[in-house]
Amino acid sequence: MNTARKRYGDTVFRCLTLLMALSIFALVALIGIELFEGSGKSMHKFGWHFLVSSVWDPIAEEYGALPFIFGTLVSSAIALIIAVPISIATAVYLTELAPRVVSQLLTMFIELLAAVPSVILGLWGVFVMVPWLRDHLFPWLQNHLGFLPLFQGPIYGVSMFAGGIIVAIMIIPIITSVSREILQSVPKLQREAAYALGATRWEVTRISVLSYAKKGLFGAVILGLGRALGETMAVTMVIGNSPQIVKSLFAPGYTLSSVIANEFNEATGSLYPSALFEMGLVLLGVTVLVNALAQLLLTTFAGPNVKPQN
Amino acid sequence: MANLNQHNMNSTNHSWRNFKNGVMQTLTFVCAILVITPLVLVFYHLLWQGFTSINLDFFTQLPKPTGETGGGIGNAIVGTFVLLGEAALLGVPVGVLGGVYLSEYGTTKLNWWIRFTADILNGVPSITWGIVVYALLVVPMHGFSALAGGVVLGMMMIPLVMRTTEEILQLVPNGYREAALALGVVKWRTIVQIVIPAALKGIITCVLLALARIAGETAPLMFTALGNQYWSQKLTDPMAALPLQIFNYAISPYDDWHRQAWAGALILLLLVLSINVGVRFLTRDRSRQRNN
Repeated sequence: MNTARKRYGDTVFRCLTLLMALSIFALVALIGIELFEGSGKSMHKFGWHFLVSSVWDPIAEEYGALPFIFGTLVSSAIALIIAVPISIATAVYLTELAPRVVSQLLTMFIELLAAVPSVILGLWGVFVMVPWLRDHLFPWLQNHLGFLPLFQGPIYGVSMFAGGIIVAIMIIPIITSVSREILQSVPKLQREAAYALGATRWEVTRISVLSYAKKGLFGAVILGLGRALGETMAVTMVIGNSPQIVKSLFAPGYTLSSVIANEFNEATGSLYPSALFEMGLVLLGVTVLVNALAQLLLTTFAGPNVKPQN
Repeated sequence: MANLNQHNMNSTNHSWRNFKNGVMQTLTFVCAILVITPLVLVFYHLLWQGFTSINLDFFTQLPKPTGETGGGIGNAIVGTFVLLGEAALLGVPVGVLGGVYLSEYGTTKLNWWIRFTADILNGVPSITWGIVVYALLVVPMHGFSALAGGVVLGMMMIPLVMRTTEEILQLVPNGYREAALALGVVKWRTIVQIVIPAALKGIITCVLLALARIAGETAPLMFTALGNQYWSQKLTDPMAALPLQIFNYAISPYDDWHRQAWAGALILLLLVLSINVGVRFLTRDRSRQRNN
């Protein structure tokens, strides 16, 4: 009887923990269902046209997501262009070149930067970064690179470019720390082989570390892209919030996440919130795809430090 | 390659390679400095702009109506802690027990799917969580509430805590489990009385880090807790929170509110960073013990 009771306890505990683990799937289902239901009206009215229409007119009840999709993609692209080289170079410095103490100290600072809430970076962005960009960096760019359409037009400060920079600041710590782990998991033997051939430190890094870790680093970048696409508060505060598709990076833009943040609580009627729900659904779809790709890249990059599963 | 005739050529080549090596070392170092520059700047400006506005009133008073200077954000500070408490009530048990399943039970295939999905959930934009819980709780309850705010933060904690708990539990040596099982202790008691206590410090660390992460979340609270200019009396009332208050003050046109936004941001940043730094000391202790 005693054994029977023991087994009973085991089953109960096992089922309890299983239930909690399965809650992950329940959460996914919940997100999908709620967003799908919420966007029903908008989907019914606009269909696929929603994704390619650039009209955003709450008074006439006409909604199209194109300027927001454009803004999300462009600000994320700017962010990646800035963040990827800096992050990977930093990861290389931390794992291959820096003295141990410096490396540990910098790693701690980078992890702290990752912990800074988005709204605080946004506050700093609005009151410190944007005025500096408006008075110094943007005029300088316009003087020197003004022949490109990207750097033409009036300068307001709040702009697609400012949004891209703030997103870059937010994703740099993520890309750096994941890249650092990837580089650390490159086998020592790879490096020693290159050293034995008389390679310099940088040559070792380039030949045996970076090329070995290519796939994993790509995963780190994609993970950063996933964060960039969904970044909300800081972007909302500096991007200017104006739904337009223009060439100039100095012009204000709008993103999927910031339009939801700004307009959801003021959305009256039933179609308006529904259109915003559909924006959320688009955003969810894109970020889930991007994150799934990143996870697959990172888990299939099996360095020796990657834990075998059970 | 090591031909004697080529000796001269090799030596110029060699200095070129050394030069390149030096350039790349410098370049990567500059990048590393660039990365931490924003952190230093943000911290500097927050201290510079926020420190002078912090006084006792700031922690204990309600916000003053528009136009009047002074007042504080006491309700937002309390609100943040209440919301974090609610979130922990939902996120910690579910996350920790789920992590136990991943580490101690389960089949390889199912666990792979759970891990994979949890990692994807960690990447779901926080604003999406906000509108989901708005549809789930705010609409049926006919109003914004502190309850909905706690639920959304708790949901965001679940995948975070689950993944980190699993990793911590896997650090517990298998010998512990085998020793207990060999003595005839049933599996669930082995887990509850041996494995979890051995990893307790690590689990607490994960939970604190998860709390620090969600403490700064603004977007999901905008459509759930909403914010409140007064003290909230019940959990079914809207509730103020630090990040919300910072955002509302930052986008307002008033200088006095900007000043308070800086001060609020300083408090929030200190809260988040002190948890992060504190946790680092906790874990440093633990790794030292393990090494001995």
